[in-house]
Amino acid sequence: MNPADKRTATRETGERPRNASRRARRLARRQADAMPVVEAVDGPRETRTVEAELQAPAPRGGLVEVFHQPYLLRLIVRRQLAAMYSASLLGLLWSYVQPAMRFGVYYVVMGYILVLHQGFPYFAIHLFTGMVVVHYFSETWNGGTRSIWQNQALVKKMRMPREIFPVSAMVVAAYHTFPQVLVLVVCCLFIGWSITWTSVAALVLGLSILAVFSAALAIFFSAINVFYRDFQNIVGTILQFMHFLVPMIYPFERIYAAHADHPVLYQIYVANPVAQAVMLLQRFFWYPLVDDPSSLGQAFPPDMFVRGLITLAISLVLLAGAQRFFSRVEGQFPERL
Amino acid sequence: MSVSIEVDHVSKHFTMQYHRTLKQMAVASVRRLPLTEQFQAVQDVSFTVEQGESIGLMGLNGSGKSTLLKVLNGVMRPDRGTVLTRGRIAGLIATGAGFHPQLTGRENLYLNGAILGMNEREIDRRFDEIVEFADIGKFLETPVSHYSSGMYARLGFSIAVHVDADIFLADEVLAVGDRPFKKKCMEKMQEIRRQGTTIFYVSHATASVRAMCDRVLVLEQGRLTFDGEVDAGIRHLHDDEPPLSGATTEEDVDAELGSDV
Repeated sequence: MNPADKRTATRETGERPRNASRRARRLARRQADAMPVVEAVDGPRETRTVEAELQAPAPRGGLVEVFHQPYLLRLIVRRQLAAMYSASLLGLLWSYVQPAMRFGVYYVVMGYILVLHQGFPYFAIHLFTGMVVVHYFSETWNGGTRSIWQNQALVKKMRMPREIFPVSAMVVAAYHTFPQVLVLVVCCLFIGWSITWTSVAALVLGLSILAVFSAALAIFFSAINVFYRDFQNIVGTILQFMHFLVPMIYPFERIYAAHADHPVLYQIYVANPVAQAVMLLQRFFWYPLVDDPSSLGQAFPPDMFVRGLITLAISLVLLAGAQRFFSRVEGQFPERL
Repeated sequence: MSVSIEVDHVSKHFTMQYHRTLKQMAVASVRRLPLTEQFQAVQDVSFTVEQGESIGLMGLNGSGKSTLLKVLNGVMRPDRGTVLTRGRIAGLIATGAGFHPQLTGRENLYLNGAILGMNEREIDRRFDEIVEFADIGKFLETPVSHYSSGMYARLGFSIAVHVDADIFLADEVLAVGDRPFKKKCMEKMQEIRRQGTTIFYVSHATASVRAMCDRVLVLEQGRLTFDGEVDAGIRHLHDDEPPLSGATTEEDVDAELGSDV
């Protein structure tokens, strides 16, 4: 009610100010946009005993808290997938069309035009294994980096462990990559595959490095991308090189051949956790298929397993660091988004 | 009775960055303009709330009410001081629920319920009740981006009141609803108040605060300037306004209190 109305009301019933006040109150009650008044319900009020402890309302648990809420994680992943494929005719198929096309292009260009596959047994499996790994890594890193920014509606209004967004990017990437792995397994079985303890160890080590390293990157970059949106472009740019920084379209032999002349470059190349994961998975899928391994030359770095274990340890440290960084800055997310 | 909310010397400031790109930052630093500025949204606020109390949080726009609610809810962390709460917190923060625009009402309902700490079975059990209260009918399967602001608020409120929380925070969300729905919400809030839930109610409508709350907190520019009995709090908030012409009798004061800020 605005003051002008009140004044008129007083003037009309000038000699009886009491009526004016009653009228003002009545008007205020009837005013369309006023909050309706609902008096308290009669009867005794119940006392509610809350079992929980007094604690800070802000989430502090980090990654651990995410895995305590599997149902929420499932819903967020489903949400992510729904958002990706809304208003899309092919939907989920797109995540297979793109890798299939890329595979076709690489196979034709590298195989037939650059003739790399001559004398290179099961080049297609070698290539495809690398592509699966790089695809998973790219999607986790890229999706993770954008995840907080994309879910700002929730981040700003609801209390939850925010690590759930980069983690859900990892799960979405796994969801997209899994059928490709199935294709790979079927192909290997068809060709005549054998599994040894060494190759299983390589698989476990490779997957661990891949998961831990990409999680560390996803968590760190999802946080920093809130402050500087440049990072999503930086990540995209780095990922463009990824296909060439791992031995998939060329054999590792060629890199190894240069290790004497360019020791520093060689060390940088093999230190790349993604390259290591690619080679460890090739050790599992592709290597056992080869009839005569001695013809390959140096298919893998001689110290692949030792290196892998060290890289895994470093990746775990990176993950812990990323988590710490995330926890320190996440309090500022709602105001910065 | 046990302590439900304990706020101890809480401050929250925001950093305002004027220049986002490198170029702008370079230009600003050459001209010696400030790059950032601190804004104190909440300053040194302390209070304790017992379980089952119903608190009205009042203050002008920009006085830090929403920030304080966000800190209580756990969306934001205080820069200084500590906040402790007991039990499940539900509510609507800063006009509206955290919905994802591309998801349908049903999916958002489940997502929101899960974020508020319910599991699948719990949500299933309350699903019909929530939908009925929200009264969104056939729009349940429509993405919430197509909802009217009233429907949006209805669904958000309906989820929040049905999670069986120990602390319920209500911001000015109800401002967008129509009168019948507002009335329904206020009735529901009276009901959960009677059940012993701690209520934090932010409103400019003094009459409704009077009916709903046992105690009023008044924020002015981020500082807690009043904590106590409801009528005194409302009068405190109106201190700087000249009294109505002839407002001398008890009823006149009543009338003034009854109107919206």
